[in-house]
Parts: sequence; C-alpha cells; structure tokens
Amino acid sequence: MALTDIPLRVVLYEGEGATVLDSVERLQSVRDLLEAGFGVTRAGAARPVAPADQSPLLVLGRWEGAVPAGEVAGTRLHWGALGEVPAVQQAESARTQVSAPAPGAWKPWFPVIDYDRCTNCMQCLSFCLFGVYGVDESKKIQVQNNDQCKTNCPACSRVCPEAAILFPKYKAGPINGDLVSDSDLNREKMKIDISALLGGDVYSMLRTRSDRAKSRFSKERDSDKALAERQKCLIKLSELAADIPPEVLMSLPSPEEIARKAEAASARAAALTGRGSPATT
Amino acid sequence: MNLVSPTPAPAILYCHCRYAQVVPPEVKSAVLEQLCASGLPFEAVPDLCELSARRDPSLQRLAAAGPVKIAACFPRAVKWLFAAAGAPLSAASTEVLNMRVQTAAEVATGLLSAPLTPNLPAGKAVPADAPKPATPDASTET
Repeated sequence: MALTDIPLRVVLYEGEGATVLDSVERLQSVRDLLEAGFGVTRAGAARPVAPADQSPLLVLGRWEGAVPAGEVAGTRLHWGALGEVPAVQQAESARTQVSAPAPGAWKPWFPVIDYDRCTNCMQCLSFCLFGVYGVDESKKIQVQNNDQCKTNCPACSRVCPEAAILFPKYKAGPINGDLVSDSDLNREKMKIDISALLGGDVYSMLRTRSDRAKSRFSKERDSDKALAERQKCLIKLSELAADIPPEVLMSLPSPEEIARKAEAASARAAALTGRGSPATT
Repeated sequence: MNLVSPTPAPAILYCHCRYAQVVPPEVKSAVLEQLCASGLPFEAVPDLCELSARRDPSLQRLAAAGPVKIAACFPRAVKWLFAAAGAPLSAASTEVLNMRVQTAAEVATGLLSAPLTPNLPAGKAVPADAPKPATPDASTET
C-alpha cells in the first residue's frame, strides 16, 4: 500500500439528463458507499463541491437515456447506472479497474502536529520508536511516515511538552484535538518528566543519588541500579498512561538510542540544507 | 453600480469517521440523513484522517474553493488535518461542526441553514509556516 495512491471518488449525479433521487434512495446510496469506504460527491448548481481533479471518478445516476460514456480531460472517469447493480459493487469494480487503493487496508491512526503550539523541540522524533517523524529542509519537525505509526499508540503525544501532537481518533482531550487547558499542560509536563526519567536523566539522577549515598550503594553496579530505576519508572508510566501498548513501553529507547537518533536527525537536516551540523535537533 | 460580489454559498463537507467509534453513530446517522434530505450538494468522505494522510487532492481543491462548512470533529484537529494535507483552510471562511460533542440538531442547523460562523482556532502559525512536503527517502527516521 502506498499512501500516495488516491482513492476512487463516486459522484452521485442528479442533474440534467438524470432523475433526481428521492431522499431515501440518496441516503441509502451515500451511506452504503461511505460504509464501504468510498467518498461521495453529490454535485449540484447551488453550492460548490470540490472540482474534478486527478482522483479516479465513478459517476452514478438514474439516467433518462443510455448510460453516458466519454472522458473528461485530466480525469480517470467511469460511468454507471443506479438500479440493478448496487452502487458499492459498481464502485468496487471501478476501483479495481483503476487500481485505486482498497478501502480499509490501513486504519488511519497517526499524529497530527499543531504548529500553533509546536516549539520544534524534537522530543517526538527522539521518542518515537517507529520512525514516524522527520525534519523538512528547514529542519522543521514533520510527520513523514504516518503509515508506520503504531495503531492506538499515543505515546509521542504524551511526551510533547506543549500538547502539540494530536491523534484525532483518540478518546480524550487534548490529544483528540480538544482545546488545551492549563491543567492539561501541567499534566503533560508531569509526563515529560517521567519520560525523561526513562531516558538520559535517569543516569544523572542516579549519579546524584549515588554521590549522596555513596557508601550505601558502593557495592551495586550502576547498570543494575539504572535497570531497577527504569523498571520503577515503567510501572509508574504504565499506571499513568494505560493506553500505551505494552510493547511500546517495553521497548522505550535507551539514552544511547535517543542520542543516536537525535544525531542522525541532525545529520539528515544538515545534509538536506547543505550546511554544517545544525546547532540543535 | 454594485461592485461587491455576493458571498458564495459555502461548500459542505461531511466526515463519516469510518475507522473509529469516537463520533456517536446516532449523531452521524441523523446528520447524514438531514444532509441527504436537504437536496443540497455536498462532499461526504469516509474518513477525513485517511484523506489527510494521503494528501488527497480533493482536500486541496475544497480548501481553495472558498467558504466551507465541515461536519467532523474538533476544529483544532480539522485545521491541522487539512494543513497536513497541504490544504490549509481559511480561518475567515471555515466553520467546523463537531459531531463528537454537538447534538445532531445543532450540527444539522449549522451545516444547512445558519450563516457561516468561522471558528478555526487562531494561532501563531500561518500557512507559510507549514513544513515542506515530506521527502521520506531523503530524511526518514529509521
């Protein structure tokens, strides 16, 4: 599947040369097509609709004469008659002929960035395990591989310090796009602190703790302490964010991975802009 | 002589949010029923999120076509879904009706009979601030 493939669009034609449908038949056709995953344009003269474009089109109507045939420049056009053959069946047939993407092949779950709030801090790029994020030529964070996002995982939105990452299909605000309140921001900050514990800060925290209680921990290895602290943090995070899939929690990046990913993103941005190493990522 | 063009009637976009259960089915159903009964032209899409991810050209054409009323979800989400598709909406001529929180009657009235009331959230970003189209081969995080 390539997300660059454009789906088939169905035009419900009720203009000159065709019968106007009664509202029940219109509703039935539109609803059936939507449920099957096809977009529908009900065209008319009173208000604009999206003009024809390079989308493959199937025009359906109750024609007064023969089913029209012919082409419209710049479009991949198919014609059909409402009646004997169900609209969905005709749409599926046309879709196959033009090799348009099959509806439902991918559940559209992916992050959407609110650039009114985004500060380009790159926390999301560093955190995401699935390579969803990247940077554009001006080193601005962007969603590049939305089909690689882990379905139902909102983890990156939880580490965003500005609540700038939306998942429109998420159940609750502000991640679903509802307005961001001050209390949401405070909550988000709490989450980023926890996230930081999972990353590099756990080591500095442990070093500080170790300095303070050197004798107590002198016989323990740093890696053991780090692992124990990490496990405690994971439990804490899973309690706060029960909707993050366990496999995501269990494979959160190590400090080394975060550093490596940040350096790689920085190098890519530098390569794209043809400049030297960027100051920050 | 009147040189002022009449305001064009807004286009109508309805999102069926097919791939999630976050919009109450009874609201979607009632809004679609009234939309079909109105006899007005409209665009109905199975899932606005999917079209955004595909950068579907119909979103770009719709955003560029003038005033538009959209029955979908939260205005902030709709604003940035369109922006992500390279189709920034005009803040001055877009109204989003939220089927997640509004009643079917409120959405249908706003969509079909009330004057357009722009309600996209204002913010610091402008369309020119949107990132360039993704170039996954050159800069994909792996």
